[in-house]
This record gives sequence, C-alpha cells and structure tokens, in this order.
Amino acid sequence: MSVQWMDTVPATAAAQSLSPDSDPCPTGRIAGLDVRAGRPLPFGATRVPGGINFSVYSTGATAVTLVLFRRGAEEPFAELVFPDCYRTGSVYAMTVFGLSADDFEYGYRIDGPWQPERGDRYDSSHILTDPYATALGGRETWGEPDDRKYRYRARVAPDDFDWAGDRPLNLPMQDLVIYEAHVRGFTRHPSSGVHWPGTFAGLAERIPYLVELGVNCVELMPVLEFDENENRPSGLHNYWGYSTVGFFAPKASYAAASRYGRQTDELKNLVKQLHAAGIEVILDVVFNHTAEGDERGPTLSFRGLDNRVYYMLTQDGHYYNFSGTGNTVNCNHPVVLRFVLDCLRYWVSEYHVDGFRFDLAAVLGRDSDGSPLANPPLLETLATDPILMHTKLIAEAWDAGGLYQVGSFPDYCRWSEWNGRYRDAIRRFLKGEPGTVSEMADRIVGSPDMYLRRGPVASVNFVTSHDGFTLHDLVAYNDKHNEANGEHGADGDNANHSWNCGHEGPSADPGVLALRRRQMRNALVLLLTSHGVPMLLAGDEVARTQHGNNNAYCHDSELSWFDWHGLAANADLLRFTRRAIAFRHAHPVLRRRWHASGHAHGALFPDVSWHGVRAWTPDWSAHGRLLAVMFHAESTGAAEGAPDTVYVAANAHWEGHDLELPGLPAHLAWHLFADTHSEPYAAEPGAEPRLGDQERVHIGPRTVLVLVAREPGGS
Amino acid sequence: MELAKYMRGRVTVLALEGELDSATSGEARKRISELVPSDGAALLDLGGMTYMSSAGLRVLLLVYRQVRQLGVPLALARLNPDVAEVMTGTGFIDFFTVVDSVDDGVEALSG
Repeated sequence: MSVQWMDTVPATAAAQSLSPDSDPCPTGRIAGLDVRAGRPLPFGATRVPGGINFSVYSTGATAVTLVLFRRGAEEPFAELVFPDCYRTGSVYAMTVFGLSADDFEYGYRIDGPWQPERGDRYDSSHILTDPYATALGGRETWGEPDDRKYRYRARVAPDDFDWAGDRPLNLPMQDLVIYEAHVRGFTRHPSSGVHWPGTFAGLAERIPYLVELGVNCVELMPVLEFDENENRPSGLHNYWGYSTVGFFAPKASYAAASRYGRQTDELKNLVKQLHAAGIEVILDVVFNHTAEGDERGPTLSFRGLDNRVYYMLTQDGHYYNFSGTGNTVNCNHPVVLRFVLDCLRYWVSEYHVDGFRFDLAAVLGRDSDGSPLANPPLLETLATDPILMHTKLIAEAWDAGGLYQVGSFPDYCRWSEWNGRYRDAIRRFLKGEPGTVSEMADRIVGSPDMYLRRGPVASVNFVTSHDGFTLHDLVAYNDKHNEANGEHGADGDNANHSWNCGHEGPSADPGVLALRRRQMRNALVLLLTSHGVPMLLAGDEVARTQHGNNNAYCHDSELSWFDWHGLAANADLLRFTRRAIAFRHAHPVLRRRWHASGHAHGALFPDVSWHGVRAWTPDWSAHGRLLAVMFHAESTGAAEGAPDTVYVAANAHWEGHDLELPGLPAHLAWHLFADTHSEPYAAEPGAEPRLGDQERVHIGPRTVLVLVAREPGGS
Repeated sequence: MELAKYMRGRVTVLALEGELDSATSGEARKRISELVPSDGAALLDLGGMTYMSSAGLRVLLLVYRQVRQLGVPLALARLNPDVAEVMTGTGFIDFFTVVDSVDDGVEALSG
C-alpha cells in the first residue's frame, strides 16, 4: 500500500508541468519519503510542485518531528525528524514529495524542556495540531465522538474554489443591519424544511428569507473548528463554539460536503451566495483563549508548541484566566500577534469575509502580564493592515477579568464596539425605570458621549444577542432560568434588566401577552431607528424563546434552534420587523455616518431635536418616561435635495399621552409609519397613511410612534 | 480508471469508468485534457464511475476551466447522486449542465 501510495504522484510526473526555472527535485530521504529543505514561508502546509511544504515554528524546541497519517488510520505511517539544516531561526521547514493533499493528515511532535514552573510544557508524547491547518479531520459529524488517540489532525484544504468574480461587498458601515445567527441552529430544526439541515448549505438555502427580512449582514457565531464534545461527561454540548481548535479551519460538521473534505468550499459558497444577495458576512472569532484550558486541560497544539509564547502566564508558570475559560492568549506577543494577523488575512483573502466580531476583545489589549495597554500592538496592527483595510472590525469590548472598555476600546478610528450600554439603556427605559430618559437619548443618537470622534458607526446597537435572553424572553421573564445548564442555575448574567409584563414565563393572560408583543415591537423599532449599526438576534423577529435560559451555550436542541413554525405563528411580528428594517433602509437620516450636532445649519430643522408632550420641550427629569426625537436632513445623499424627516416618540409610561407635534411647512404633512399599540403596527414604507390631525397625536401606554414628514400623496 | 471517446454529431463524448480518486486523478486529468475538443461541445459520461473522491471533483473543475478557456460548452451525464449532492452544496454544480443521460446531454448541447 505504501509503495503504491508513493507512486501516485511521483516527483517526475509533477515536474512535467513546471517551468524550466523550477527545481522540484528531492535532495534527501527521511523515513522512506523523498524530501528537501522546505521554505519557511508561508507557515503551515502548502501545496508545492511535487508535494507539500511544511513549515512550523517553536522557539524552545530541541527537535521537531513531522508525523504523517493516512486519512482515517489510527497510527502514523511516517515520522520525519527535521534535520537541523532544515531549520531557519526557530522555523522548521521541509518539503515532502509524493504526498497528495487529499490522502494524508499530519501533526507535529515537539521535543523540549518540561519545566512548568518556567512556563515550558514541551512533551513529545503528544502529536500536536498545526495552528495553521486549513482543515481538520475527525470532526465531520456533529456530536460524534472522536475517540482516537490522536485527534484534530491537520489537513491541507482544497484550493480550487471558483469565486467567479466575487469579493467582499464593502457596504458602508452605517448602512448595515446585522443579523446574528448560529449556523447549525438556524436550520437544524425539522421545520426549516431545508435539504441540508444545520449546515452552511442549509443556511444558503434560506438566503431568500434573509433577503425578504431585509438584513444585509449576517454575523455567524463561531465557524472556526471547535469540538462540541469537549464537555462530553456532562452530557451537554459546546453548542455555541467559543472554544477554537483550528483557527484556519472551518467547522467540518457545519458542512454537508465534509464527507468529501469539501467543508471549505461549502463555506466559501455560502459567502459567495450571500454576497450575490447583497449580504455581508461577519465571522465571530475567538482569540482571547483556546480550547486547551489551564493546567488540567488537554495538550492539543499551542501548549506543546510554545506554551510561554502563546499564553499569558504568571511568574510561576500558571495560566492567567481573563477569559473565564482557563487560559488567556498572549495576543500582544509579537509572534502571537502575527499569528492572529495571518489568520484574519486568510479568512479575508481566502473566504472573502467582510468583517470580524472579536469575542472578549478587551483581552486583545492586554500585555503579557495581563495589564491593559494604552496602545496595544495587535489592535493597531489589525486596524492598519493593508489586507484588512476595508474589513469591519467589531469588538466585544469587555472580558471576564473585569476590563470593561465600551466607549474606551483602543480604536485607531477603525474599531466598532458591541455597545453594551445601548442594550442596557434601552432595556431599562422600556421597563419603565425612572431616570433612564437622558441616557436613552444619548444611546439612540449613536452614543456621542462615547463615540463622537468615531461617529455612530462605532456603535453596534443591540437589545439582545446570543449571550443573554432572547427578545421574547426579555419581556417574559424577570429572572434567568438556567437549571438545564447543569450548574444549579448559577451560570449566566444576573443583570438582565428584563420585565415579564406581569407574569413569569408562559401566560394565557391576553393582557400580558399583548403587552409582551408590544414591548418586543418597541424594542425592535427603537433599535431600527437609532443612529449606529443595529444588530438583531436571529429569531427575535418571530419571538423565539429559550424558556428563560439566558446562557444556552450548551444546548443543541429545540431550546436553541430557530423554530420555523414561528414564521406563521408570529407573522405579525415578522412583518413588523421587515417593515422597520425597510424603513431604515429608506431613510438615510437614520443612517448617519457622523453624529448629529443639534444645529440647523440653515436648514428647516436641526439635524436632531428633542420633544416631549409639548413639541420642542423634552422632559429630562428623573421621573420622565417619555421622549421624542426628530431627525432631519435637507439633503441625504441617496435622494439629493429631498429632505428626510423622521419623528420617533417613545413612551415607557403605563399611561397614554397626547403629543404636540413639531409644526411642518405647508407642503409637508406627518405620516404614520409605526404605532406599536395599534394594528397594523407599521405601514409599508412609502405607503404610510397621513395623520388626520397634523398638530397632535395620541401615544398609547408603553408605545413607540414613528412618523415621517413628506408631501401628501407622494413618497 | 478507463476513458473512452466517441462523437455524437458535434458533441465529443468522454465516457469515464472506474474509480477517480487521488491515485488516478493525475492521469485522468491529463488524458481528459488531451481529449477535450477545441470546438463543438463536450460531454462527460460519468455513469460508469464506481467511486469519486474530492480529487475527482477537482478533475471536473479543472476540465470546466479548460473548456471555459476554449469556449466549449460542457455537460455532465449520469452523475452519481451523492457526488451531485456535494457539488450542489458547494455550488460547483452551477458551472455545469447536468443531464440524466447521454442522449439528453447531446440534445442539450446541440440545442
């Protein structure tokens, strides 16, 4: 078998197609294979004429061995020790001839000192995963355990995908409506009706739904290879996947084509299809920690390659834990920085992704000893890199070590942030908490108190995300109900600012149910009329519930999947969401690149103005629960010369009020886009009915009204 | 892997039989590329394939690129359903005219 395998792609045959300048000839034999000194760059395993070039680095290694498996075999068929003359600096590089990328898997053994107290944990009994591996073998089927002695085997991904002219869309940040989705959860439910449930291809089948909804960016929860079985003794999965095993490898079990080793192509095709539909793709990436955990965790890759380089360690060699998962990646070490940069460049250049959302990104600004840096090299590098120049960079600007940088994340005028303060302010206002109007006002105009220098595009606004209550549960539960997570309900956030509308959990009370639905509409329409970049959690548009679980990371079940029955059951909420998104797209005044100033600059109205029960008279008092804002622009670019005026009134009071409206010039009239209290709740944008009374309008209890000024009869 | 060539009008039919994997793909690619016509149309009859791996998919993509350069229409006949599934999920199928039989392919390419 081995002889036949060697003969499949002989160096001489491969050489026939080479230019005369190429020299693919082996210069030696190791472990029965033809080899020569390799090229140190690029790192990883790369197809070269006649074979594969392997390059790996380790600063403290005393010897490095390339371990080769035939696909599926339990034991390796060859182990090739790198001769010292194949080493440049700390990079070990070798070209092995006669290997076909489709047939083998590989790993490395690293010899070096075992001195945990000094941070060194080299152990050549482990076969380590190449951090640069472009695909991993063994994880093709979701949930299926890989009990082999050597897991997470590196592979060389196919590179024959035909993009047919595709490239990242480069949509203006202020125009995005982001939709946060879990690849598996989006179509795993039997009701999805797709041919390939729970996969990239399944998601692609549902692109028409996204188009109809009107979102133009999907943010995919982790799709870099992780092991959903890592908590297997508990019987639960790591469903979310914030525990990366392969930073360059797509998650194989998210691809129906992984049985042909084509998971890379299936993800690329998803990106290509989304782009063709005008939808950008943001990947949620996790560089704050790895799946190796602390001292008690498995040795998979980095720990055995260069523990001291890749991880933040205490002086006696223990792991700092700013991620809450056991270890913390030493992101600002120059070597690790380049690894992160290489990885992101790869996803942009090879997969055409449009942006990244960085999990627990405050970690990325910490020094090797954990202290926050004023000018973190990694963040500056990513902000200024030529390949990433037009790539959206979004930080989850906090970490589990207590560093909270929303509004102060080192941004280099490039980074945006998940605005956690937006989330909390809107939630508290909608609950009816006193003293929340002023902050709510700051939040809906793009948080100029935090982002004036960067503009509203720095603020990714959201009311809900994967982390926490769904929108339905936000208005149906006062408290989290996480007993199913196996920690006696202790896990998950306690600061939910949620309100159950009078009854905890499922209710048959029509009044409670009606109020909940109104509160959901209130949250959605405030989000979609705020300055900044709105992000919706997939399923919120159809009132998806997790039954009060606000930390469903470990549930691969109907608890966490998108139930497509909701499209019919919650058709009114879906229609409302679709119309609110369309309204945002139709009104550039809601999508400002820079903050409004409050000045008129010679225009009819100021670019932003505040109102209350009386026009031009907002109530900023601590007991106030009502606020109206009017956005105005004379020329909005998209429709040059056409003024764009939108009035949003939010009443968190349990009583209704009559509002005096700002007076319009004679040729304009107020039209009603949305009234979350009364059917049909929202009009089709452009077909809003004219208000009968142009001077006053009634706003119901706990209601949001949205008006648009335009010429009667026109759009 | 066996490869046979015959003409159906202007259509060059290449009939593949046996296994197409990394062990055979290099030679298969070379032989197919030599037999692909520079005008008319080409039809790959895959009904005799007993196995096709990821490397086999690559051969199909390379043939597609070759005929695209030449401006020669290409159809695939009698594709294994499992392979067709993978080609659909990855979008590869969009590059090809896929037909159920050689006759259908000749008709599609002659139309």
